[in-house]
Amino acid sequence: MASVTLTQSRPMRRNRKDWRGWGFVGPFMIVFLAVLVAPVVYAIVLTLFRQQLVGGSGFVGLENYALLFQDPKFWESLFRVTLFLVVQVPIMLILSLLAALAIDSARLHGTGFFRIAIFLPYAVPGVVAALIWGFIYGNQFGLTGSINDLLGADILQPFSSDWILASIGNIVTWEFMGYNMLIFYAALKVIPADLYEAAEIDGAGQFRIISGIKLPALRGSIVIATIFSIIGSFQLFNEPNLLKALAPNVISSYFTPNMYAYNLSFAGQQFNYSATVAIVMGIITAVIAYIVQLRGSRQEVR
Amino acid sequence: MRTKTLRRVALTTASVLTLGLSLAACASGGGSSSGGGTADDLEAALEKGGTITYWSWTPSAEAQVAAFEKAYPKVDVKLVNAGTNTDEYTKLQNAITAGSGAPDVAQVEYYAIPQFALSDSLVDLASYGFGDLEDQYSAGPWSSVDIDGKIYGLPQDSGPMAMFYNKTVFDQYGIAVPTTYDEYVAAAEKLHAADPSKYITNDTGDSGFTTSMIWQAGGQPFTADGTDVTIDLQDDGSKKWADSWNRLVEGDLLATTPGWSDEWYKALGDGTIATLLTGAWMPGVLESSVPQASGDWAVAPMPTYDGTPVTAENGGGGQVVLKQSKNQALAAAFLKWLNSDPESIKVFLESGGFPATTADLESPEFLAQTPEYFGGQAINEVLVDASKNVPTGWHYLPYQVYANSIFADTVGQAYKNGTDLNDGLQTWQDQLVDYGNQQGFTVNK
Amino acid sequence: MSAIATPEPAAGAAQARKPRKRVPYVRQQKPTEGRRVKKSILLTIVMAIFVIYSVVPLIWLIVNATKDQGDLFSSFGLWFGSDFNLFQNIADTLTYRNGIFVQWFGNTLLYVVVGAGGATLLATLAGYGLAKFNFPGRRAVFAVVLGAVAVPGTALAVPTFLMFSQLGLTNTPWAVILPSLISPFGLYLIWTYAVDAVPTEILEAARMDGASEFRTFFTISLRLLSPGIVTVLLFAVVATWNNYFLPLIMLSEPTWYPLTVGLSQWSSQATGVAAQPIYNLVITGALLTIVPIVVAFLFLQRYWQSGLSAGSVKQ
Repeated sequence: MASVTLTQSRPMRRNRKDWRGWGFVGPFMIVFLAVLVAPVVYAIVLTLFRQQLVGGSGFVGLENYALLFQDPKFWESLFRVTLFLVVQVPIMLILSLLAALAIDSARLHGTGFFRIAIFLPYAVPGVVAALIWGFIYGNQFGLTGSINDLLGADILQPFSSDWILASIGNIVTWEFMGYNMLIFYAALKVIPADLYEAAEIDGAGQFRIISGIKLPALRGSIVIATIFSIIGSFQLFNEPNLLKALAPNVISSYFTPNMYAYNLSFAGQQFNYSATVAIVMGIITAVIAYIVQLRGSRQEVR
Repeated sequence: MRTKTLRRVALTTASVLTLGLSLAACASGGGSSSGGGTADDLEAALEKGGTITYWSWTPSAEAQVAAFEKAYPKVDVKLVNAGTNTDEYTKLQNAITAGSGAPDVAQVEYYAIPQFALSDSLVDLASYGFGDLEDQYSAGPWSSVDIDGKIYGLPQDSGPMAMFYNKTVFDQYGIAVPTTYDEYVAAAEKLHAADPSKYITNDTGDSGFTTSMIWQAGGQPFTADGTDVTIDLQDDGSKKWADSWNRLVEGDLLATTPGWSDEWYKALGDGTIATLLTGAWMPGVLESSVPQASGDWAVAPMPTYDGTPVTAENGGGGQVVLKQSKNQALAAAFLKWLNSDPESIKVFLESGGFPATTADLESPEFLAQTPEYFGGQAINEVLVDASKNVPTGWHYLPYQVYANSIFADTVGQAYKNGTDLNDGLQTWQDQLVDYGNQQGFTVNK
Repeated sequence: MSAIATPEPAAGAAQARKPRKRVPYVRQQKPTEGRRVKKSILLTIVMAIFVIYSVVPLIWLIVNATKDQGDLFSSFGLWFGSDFNLFQNIADTLTYRNGIFVQWFGNTLLYVVVGAGGATLLATLAGYGLAKFNFPGRRAVFAVVLGAVAVPGTALAVPTFLMFSQLGLTNTPWAVILPSLISPFGLYLIWTYAVDAVPTEILEAARMDGASEFRTFFTISLRLLSPGIVTVLLFAVVATWNNYFLPLIMLSEPTWYPLTVGLSQWSSQATGVAAQPIYNLVITGALLTIVPIVVAFLFLQRYWQSGLSAGSVKQ
């Protein structure tokens, strides 16, 4: 939602306060306040208290935040999702971009088929995706086992600690590559035809067209897709949590910040500390998303 | 300027929520005194009838509830499968935290009972005369529901440990049935050397297994007296187990297939995993879920350290009555019927469960069973014998559910890296001590 | 946390880009369609790899839905087992535990119809309001929505759970439906779409005629917005259909489970004392879960693709 133009309707009645808009926005905002803002506020309240299994609850001020900043488990999980983000997001977005450009190029046989086939995984629930890949990764009767048999050695070890992040990255890439492709493709589709005609008159080749026309036109979509992917990476939960049953020692209870928060709450009853993790992660995510948006927009202005 | 309105809304919301928070604190903190009823109330409650909710994931629950409702038509039992073990505990804990939504009766495994008992969420059933039922149950399971003279539930099943081994594989490689851990390690080496794809057993680190193995080795790493907790995962028993099991871990002699995974079931069927040291409830699982290995498996007593027969309990659980229940007498009456009425126990046995009631453990009919799956072996003789060799004095932590949740982070790392289990146990202990102190316990090492 | 994201730079950026846009609400012809481009076999082959990657897991799912549990454990993953058990598996899936799967299916439909339908309605109204009216607090709405999206939903489960249980909403369908009524992405999409799809002149004309704002909305704007609405609806349907974490926390009784939570419960019942693995039903159930959503996508692709294109103009 980087570059929504808030100024666009400025020409309309600026003189007096126009409350009619709230008639439309109101219902959304009421539900939004109730189911999203209220829990956030409640979570902030929770971070200021500490409840113990023995001895009840007490106000502790910012102590939970102080604890969190010295908590190696939190930093480790944050580092892990950052690493994940830095590697997985570019790979996924580049693959999506390639697919979108290829489909848009009209040089494919059966474009429609490719478009829908690559998009299909998005329709698979994350839980089901993790389940399917969990089976496939299995060394005994999954595909991995068959490939290893073929190669005659245990080359693929999706559940070893060296591989696990890549294994999860693969699932996430699989799930969202088509989705991002579609966002890019949609942006490519609306490039005005006269731009291409002008390029052709200038004698520009395919690659010149891509770098000169298509990529600049995609910049906005790329910023959006990046922001959504960053949020998604920082909130990584379903895939590692479901794979934990298959790789218990490799995927720790604090593998990602979100898993850490979940286990603090539901295994450890540390609701207050868990809420602190959530709030801090929310702030970090918002700041990074904001910076990406800012940088993305600035480049556009240039 | 516009944001002012919004801020006001946010503030109002916040204050409403703070109110909610304090309400929640009241609801969960205000524990009433333990069950006020008497034994007579049970009959009266059954006469009067009513509706109760029962959470369970056991396969026998449905038929048991049906039988109960037939016997007591005025009582309506709503059976809910709220998830398998930890999934259910999470929901139970959530409902307790929220102050509402908990069932009247819930199935809880033995290791988790102290945690719910400590948070003052369970009804002490002693006043309903449940103390008199002690003789009906074998000692191990009973000690898990009787905490400092308060009776928090009744045992449903038990899991005295035995060694399940794949006789076909043993015969094929000429391996004798090990009776000590030295022999067990030797068997592991021999098997894996003969066929590198085969392993004596699988173990990727399982808190329930580890605690049971320490129990068998005579360890008592956890003791709790109210909120005074002592943790010593380096006591003699713990060390004894870790030192012996280290030989398998460090020698890469354990299959790394996680228990209960699809791969695991496959490995049990094709001989990749040659033994399982586990609870007496395992035959039911093998028969129903590994049918392809029928005739392969046999049962022997657990290997020991010095030849003296000794084992431990692994798994198993019972049912408890929650304080949130609005009809505690009726819930208690149902619970009593569930785990002591012969009709209910008959249904339970038919589902493949292993009982906790001495009468059933010692019945000649039960002992004489020779299931075809186990090649006609009288397995119950071995298993019932095991139930008599469980050392007393074992305790779980009052926060064992949490402890188990971080087991893989600590001891599991020793498994993963093939390093000394004692180091892993030490790390586990350190984190458990920290957690206990943070939560207001007094923890001694 | 909401004040962090202020919309000014974004607005500036979009303005700077403005000259490039040409009447975006008029559907552009696909630029390359008019020209003759040589098909490339090489490119087709490269893309075939993409397709294989995307589709193999789904083929795996279909193939393995035809096996019984014994075959699952003993046959090659990408080829059929000794028996063809698909129909038996489907029948077993639908009848296991008195047909609870069918009930989960019904629940999922309920959550999708009410949740995704409601989310689309709210997002449409709000996106339209933001695009076409300049009202006090408009910027705050943008900031709050963007800020709240960044807070991890999973970690907010506890506060949400505690709040809902105070209100007596846990273990009711409302606990699942209410949170899914909010679709920030949908709001954004309609917002960007409505700016140009509904010309301000038409609205002014309607106002001249004395039509109320809501009347104008329902008689004129809604129709103009329909490609965008279909797109939002589809994404909301997917989001609701795939919703897992929230129902997992909120619901304790399987009678209210959606398919995703039910399937993972089936998957985890392979664990522990009295374990009852039903991998064949889990796999078949997974297949049955994705079939309706895939079919919906295939049938509606014409609509959502044009809606998405129009929305992306503004990005």
